[in-house]
Amino acid sequence: MAEYSALSILKNALSGNRHWKPAWRKPDPKPSYDVIVIGGGGHGLSTAYYLAKEHGITNVAVLEKGYLGSGNVGRNTTAVRSNYLLPENIRFYEQSMKLWENLSHDLNYNVMFSQRGVLNLAHTPAQLDDYARRGNAMRHLDADAELMTPEQIARLVPGIDMSRSARFPIVGGLMQRRAGTARHDAVAWGYARGADRRGVDILENCAVTGFLREGDRVVGVATTRGEIRAKKVAVAVAGSTGHVLRMAGIERLPIESHVLQAFVSESLKPFLDTVVTFGMGHFYMGQSDKGGLVYGGDLDGYNSYAQRGGLPIVEEVMSEMLALFPSLAPVRVLRSWGGVCDMSMDGSPIITTGPLPGMYLNCGWCYGGFKATPISGWCFAWTIAKNAPHELNASFTLDRFHRGLVIDDKGQGATPRLH
Amino acid sequence: MLIPCPYCGPRDVSEFTYQGDAGRVRPDPASTDQAAWNAYVYDRTNPAGDHHEYWQHSGGCRSHLKVTRNTLSHRILDVAFARPSTAHASSRRQGPRP
Repeated sequence: MAEYSALSILKNALSGNRHWKPAWRKPDPKPSYDVIVIGGGGHGLSTAYYLAKEHGITNVAVLEKGYLGSGNVGRNTTAVRSNYLLPENIRFYEQSMKLWENLSHDLNYNVMFSQRGVLNLAHTPAQLDDYARRGNAMRHLDADAELMTPEQIARLVPGIDMSRSARFPIVGGLMQRRAGTARHDAVAWGYARGADRRGVDILENCAVTGFLREGDRVVGVATTRGEIRAKKVAVAVAGSTGHVLRMAGIERLPIESHVLQAFVSESLKPFLDTVVTFGMGHFYMGQSDKGGLVYGGDLDGYNSYAQRGGLPIVEEVMSEMLALFPSLAPVRVLRSWGGVCDMSMDGSPIITTGPLPGMYLNCGWCYGGFKATPISGWCFAWTIAKNAPHELNASFTLDRFHRGLVIDDKGQGATPRLH
Repeated sequence: MLIPCPYCGPRDVSEFTYQGDAGRVRPDPASTDQAAWNAYVYDRTNPAGDHHEYWQHSGGCRSHLKVTRNTLSHRILDVAFARPSTAHASSRRQGPRP
């Protein structure tokens, strides 16, 4: 019997729900492990899960400085999609989509993956041409994409301003129907439980304060809960990448940390059953199962490690929301927050061995890391286990910038705040 | 966030354009040192703490400023003109941007 099932709910109900096991243990650190994963977010936890499940490496610790899921895995706007332009990104994110499609079953944990579609709106014929090109690139690599007419969009998205007199009239859109949303917290908890049940130690409130070195080689970490040694040390700390690697003596990286804000409105009756993005600015919105609108926009635009943002972006995001949905003007914002994003110089991630012997690096997720959670951990686990990248992440190296092999999906150049 | 512009006084951040890390060293334009150019274009120190950065007061006097700001608290510790030699009212007419 699976740990979570209709039968187990019934059985536990009959015994007063007193015998549920905690989803993960709270172990004390062991003196040493085969692999330490720094960062108990989505990527770190999925890395540990796939290390145990795919490679049989179970003597693993995941180190989290706060409580599990307190970073970006609990701060994102939950969209999952693979609508990229460049083949390296499409292949990678499309494989992630395939893992998402079976994730609840694989983890025996309901991550509430809902393939409600992600619709990018086009506001000029040229933009629609560009979307057609991207859609063709996606279909060429077996991702799904379709162009939608204004009439189809008006039927799909009630309340959207389709008038020709709008400041940015909607002339069409690119829809990925298999895309959608997932419950972000459940993803962290599901991976944590899956890893824990396979023997991985999840060490919360365990901040790394330094790296243990033997010569060049990294042989462990100093933490707030003592020194822990390991044959391999993997870093998956998103926005804190620069901060953590500085402890290992690495002063410069192709990364800038920026803050991204997100917003949730008060609960409304269900009216939006897809994720919509505005094409004449940067705005995206979905509706959660509780009824709140979940939405966001651009980065604040300057380096930040503060997990909060400023008011100019709040105003911009709200104005873009009202440009699309004028009827939402009376809706109140329930809460807003910020997360620190590790913006890479080409907008694409880094999953690689190194940069020091004994170390492995997973970073550069910009503000798109959530949808990559399964495949990021899967590829990172492969890279750690085999000391070499899988073909899906072979392009996502750290030295690609200096070798002229950037993967710049948006073509923005080395300006992280614009990716 | 308010940035105290040396000409205009404290102004809202929305009047300014961010131009990034001011700690990078641009090689001489005639340089063919690929590693130096790569480091200039791609590598950042990205500190969690005090950060030297360029801002332009694009919605005001259009001066280019070198600001020292804490990336954890957003406290601004120092603001100066990006090039001290342009610290006069005629700065707009002098030469390219830093």
